[in-house]
Amino acid sequence: MAIDTQTVIKIASLSRLKIDEDKVEATKDEFNKIINWVEQLSEVDTDGVEPMFAVNDTQLACREDMVVEGNQADKILKNAPIAEYDYFVVPKVVE
Amino acid sequence: MADITKLTIAQTLDCLKNKEFTSTELTQAYIKSMEDNRDLNAYVLETPETALQQAKISDEKYANGTNRTLEGIPLGIKDLFCTKDIRTTACSHMLDSFIPQYESTVTSKLFNDGAVCLGKLNMDEFAMGGSNENSYFGPVINPWHKERKLVAGGSSGGSAAAVSANICAAATGTDTGGSIRQPAAFCGVTGIKPTYGRCSRYGIMAFASSLDQAGPIAKDVRDCAILLNSMAGYDTKDSTSVNIPVPDFEKALGSSVKGLKIGIPAEYRPQGLNDEIASYWDKGIEILKQAGAEIVNISLPHTKYALAAYYIIAPAEASSNLSRYDGLRYGLRVNGNSIDDMYTNSRSAGFGKEVKRRIMVGTYVLSAGYYDAYYIKAQKVRRLIKNDFNNAFEKCDVILTPTSPVTAFPIGDKSMQENPINMWLNDIFTVSVNLAGLPGMSLPVGLSKDGLPLGLQLIGKSFDEETIFKTAYVLEQEAKFERLK
Repeated sequence: MAIDTQTVIKIASLSRLKIDEDKVEATKDEFNKIINWVEQLSEVDTDGVEPMFAVNDTQLACREDMVVEGNQADKILKNAPIAEYDYFVVPKVVE
Repeated sequence: MADITKLTIAQTLDCLKNKEFTSTELTQAYIKSMEDNRDLNAYVLETPETALQQAKISDEKYANGTNRTLEGIPLGIKDLFCTKDIRTTACSHMLDSFIPQYESTVTSKLFNDGAVCLGKLNMDEFAMGGSNENSYFGPVINPWHKERKLVAGGSSGGSAAAVSANICAAATGTDTGGSIRQPAAFCGVTGIKPTYGRCSRYGIMAFASSLDQAGPIAKDVRDCAILLNSMAGYDTKDSTSVNIPVPDFEKALGSSVKGLKIGIPAEYRPQGLNDEIASYWDKGIEILKQAGAEIVNISLPHTKYALAAYYIIAPAEASSNLSRYDGLRYGLRVNGNSIDDMYTNSRSAGFGKEVKRRIMVGTYVLSAGYYDAYYIKAQKVRRLIKNDFNNAFEKCDVILTPTSPVTAFPIGDKSMQENPINMWLNDIFTVSVNLAGLPGMSLPVGLSKDGLPLGLQLIGKSFDEETIFKTAYVLEQEAKFERLK
C-alpha cells in the first residue's frame, strides 16, 4: 500500500522528529521504497507460525524487591542538560 | 622494539611475562601508533593518561606476580560501551557530551582482567550502518590502501580498522546485523559475535535489544578466544544474559576437525555472487575437507527473506529504545515552546539521517493498523529462519559461508548514498545469524585481485562457540592470511 504525505507527517510526529517542508515529498518516496521492499514478506506462508520475540527460551529471573544501589541522585542528574534541586527540569506544562 | 604493536595478544602476554618489555613501554608504543594513524579517524577519543595509569598498575602486578589474564593488554573500546567518567557518544551528536557514571559489564570484566583502555573507537551512529559513514565524527578510512579512501565497514568500523592498523592490540565490538563480522572482513581481521545471551548487554547503548551482542575484534582466532573468555558470562544486570558456564574457548584451538560436518548452504551462493568471493569460499571448503571434515550440503530456504524481516524488527526495536533520548535526562537539549516541542527539537537536532530513517520506519511498522502486517509478520518469518538453522544443524555441526557479498567499497559510493536499501543488501550473509541468535565469526582468508581482504563466516549452534573456534583455527592455519604490517 502506498504511503501518502499525511502519513509521513503523522509518523514523524509520533517519532518526535521534524521534517522540513521541502523534504516531505522525498521522505515519502524513500519511505514507499522501503515499505514496498519489506512487503516481500507477504509471499511467505506463515499460517500457524508463532511469532518469535526472543531467541532463547529463558525465563526472566526474579529477585527480592530491594534497593541494590541507591542514594545516587547526583550521578543520575550528572548528565541532565538542566537540573535543579535534585530534579530534572522540563518546560512549563501547567498554565 | 619498534614492532611490538604488531604482536598478537598471546605473543604480547608472553613478552610481558618474560619481561622483554614493560606494560608502560607497550602502552607508549600504542599511544604513538594512535598519534601516527589519526588520518584513519579510527578513534573518536584517545585516553592516553588513563592508559598509562593502568599500564603502571600492570607493571606492578607483573613485578609482584599477581598479573591477571589480560594484564597490560591495550584495547580500543567501541564508543557504544559506557565507560565510567570517559565520554561515550555512540558517535551521535545527541550524546557528544555524555559522561557515563557507570561502566558496562563487558568493559569492566576486561579492565578487571588487567586490560588497558587506549580510547573510544569510531562507529556508525548508534551502530546503525554498514560503512561507518553514519558517524557524527566522520567515516573511518580502511587501513588497506588508505590512499583509495575505502570504507572500513560498519558499524564497528573504528574497531576493525584500529586492530588492522595495529593501533590497539584488540577491540570490543557489537553486532546487531553483522557489525562485528562485516568490518572485520573488510579490514582483514577476525571477529566473533557470540551467541545471544553469552555476553551481558548492560551498559551498551541499546539499538535492537533482541539482536545486539558484544564480541571481540582481534588480530587472530586465538586472540578472539582469549578476549571472549574475559567478556562472556552471566550478569544479573542483563535479564537476557544466560546463566550457563563459560568454557575456556582457547582450549578448543588445535583440536582436530576430523569427522566434523561442515554445512554449506545453497542459498548463500546466489546467481551473480562475486567470483573471487565464491572461489575463496571453495578454498575454505577444500581446506576443511583436507583436514578430514565432511562437507554437507544444506538448505536455509528462508534466507532471502532475512533482510526484510531484519529491517522491520531492528528499526522497530530501535524506535522504542531511542525514545529515551528526550532532551531531559541526558543528551542534547534544544528548547521549545512546549515539552513536545522540546522533545522534537532535541531529537531532530541530535540524530543523524540514518537514525531518523530507522526510527520512522520502526514507528510506522509498530503503529496501530500496521503492527500485525509488518512487525508480527516479521517475527513469524524470524521463527522460520530459526527453524531453518535448527533443521540444518540436524545434518551438520557448523556452517561455512562468505561474510559479505562485497569487499570494502569507496567512501561516498553513489548507489548506496542514493538508495539505503543498496547499503542494507550488504548484510545478506550476516543478519540471519542475529535473527536466530546464533554465534558467528568472520576470519580473513585472502585478498581480492585488487588487494582487498575477503572474509569467511562460520556459524555455530547456539552456545557452541567452541566448534567455531576449532574450525576457524584450522582455516586460519592453512589460509595463512598476512595481516597488515
